[in-house]
Amino acid sequence: MDAGMIWEWIIKSIFLILFMTGGFAYVTLLERRVLARMQVRIGPNRVGKFGLLQPIADAVKLIFKEELIPAGADKLMFIVAPVITVIPALIITGVIPWGTSINLFGREIALSIANVNVGVLYIMAVTSISVYGITLAGWSSNNKYAMFGGLRSTAQMISYELALGLSLVGPILLAGSMNVMDIVQAQKTLPFALLQPAGFIVYFMATLAEINRAPFDMPEAEQELTAGYHTEYSSMKFALFFMAEYIKMIAVAMIGSTMFLGGFQGPFVDQLPWLGPVYLFGKVIVWLFVDIWIRATLPRIRYDKLMALGWKVMYPIALLNVFITGILVVLTTKR
Amino acid sequence: MLQAYLPLLILLVFAVLIGFLVVAIGHVFGPKRPTARKAAPYESGMVPYGPGTRRISVRYYLVAVLFILFDIETIFFLLWAVVLRDLGVFGLVEMFLFMGTLAVGLIYAWKKGALEWE
Repeated sequence: MDAGMIWEWIIKSIFLILFMTGGFAYVTLLERRVLARMQVRIGPNRVGKFGLLQPIADAVKLIFKEELIPAGADKLMFIVAPVITVIPALIITGVIPWGTSINLFGREIALSIANVNVGVLYIMAVTSISVYGITLAGWSSNNKYAMFGGLRSTAQMISYELALGLSLVGPILLAGSMNVMDIVQAQKTLPFALLQPAGFIVYFMATLAEINRAPFDMPEAEQELTAGYHTEYSSMKFALFFMAEYIKMIAVAMIGSTMFLGGFQGPFVDQLPWLGPVYLFGKVIVWLFVDIWIRATLPRIRYDKLMALGWKVMYPIALLNVFITGILVVLTTKR
Repeated sequence: MLQAYLPLLILLVFAVLIGFLVVAIGHVFGPKRPTARKAAPYESGMVPYGPGTRRISVRYYLVAVLFILFDIETIFFLLWAVVLRDLGVFGLVEMFLFMGTLAVGLIYAWKKGALEWE
């Protein structure tokens, strides 16, 4: 380990955080534009060309908004909760490789922040932390709507986390490793979505619930809970919740692309390593588009149906998928 | 070996900094003109009554307890998935016994009505 290595990590960390926050800004714009088009509207197109400066205008507006802390709120928790929500969203993609390695300024630079051998476990562990932020936000607001929203959100997230965790067992079984790089390399010929169709669908639906997206956006059911756990939040603290939500959207798209769609694998990626990130982001953008498309298409499902779907349908299917995959892996292993 | 986790620690430090920086920016630039009305909890224009945080429905505790049980199982599955190729049929049978036990648990909770929301 030398000083150059540490600088490399620092630069890569800053780059990833800037990338995720910048990505967040433009995913909001993408969502508003695509939703508008699907509803035969135009969407924000006045600030800058095609509305490209809209996210910056939104950010500036939020910075100069008044910060409110409701009477009777737990002040410390109220301020810390959005930070706790955003941290996991920012660090979760640290183990995702963007490519093998490229040669830059005479240095061989690996296109991932960390290549740890328990990558999937890290993803699972970090996902769980974001629940705390939402629970605390709902509880500390001293508001009935916020508390119900926070509780609902917590129950929903932990219920779908089970199916989410089990759906990731499939790729690990097929690759025989928890290292994310190994899982990507194992998909050189065939992406795991084709070998694990049930696992892929369970992952997709579970992540929609995990990031509170439509049709599972119960915690933010405007008609009944005003804004769920962030009812009382304003100014930049509200922006942090929004940031966490959209960064998580990018993160699960990135993880899903890596685990099921071959990650950075694509034609000619061995000869031209910088094509890796291009393929990965192509897949991520398609994934995000599908998320938005679903939001424009499907109505919100009722809360008891949502919980029933998680426990009585998704979880047994995920369990069965692991069961069948396990048998097939043992049968096809040559001894 | 632990060196592989150092970049993740650096990333965590920057993420924490960014989080508090954003809160601080809002705190510094935002106007602060609090009134009693503004500080009241928002309840769609109604005058709020009673405490904001109340007793939580027992359903949520039940979901939390079930979650802990089944989530630990998921962690076992992740580790088992890595070594299954080496264990072969033995590992498969062992895990299916474990999986069967848990399936019985899930069916029991289901029949007892722990998964109902009515």
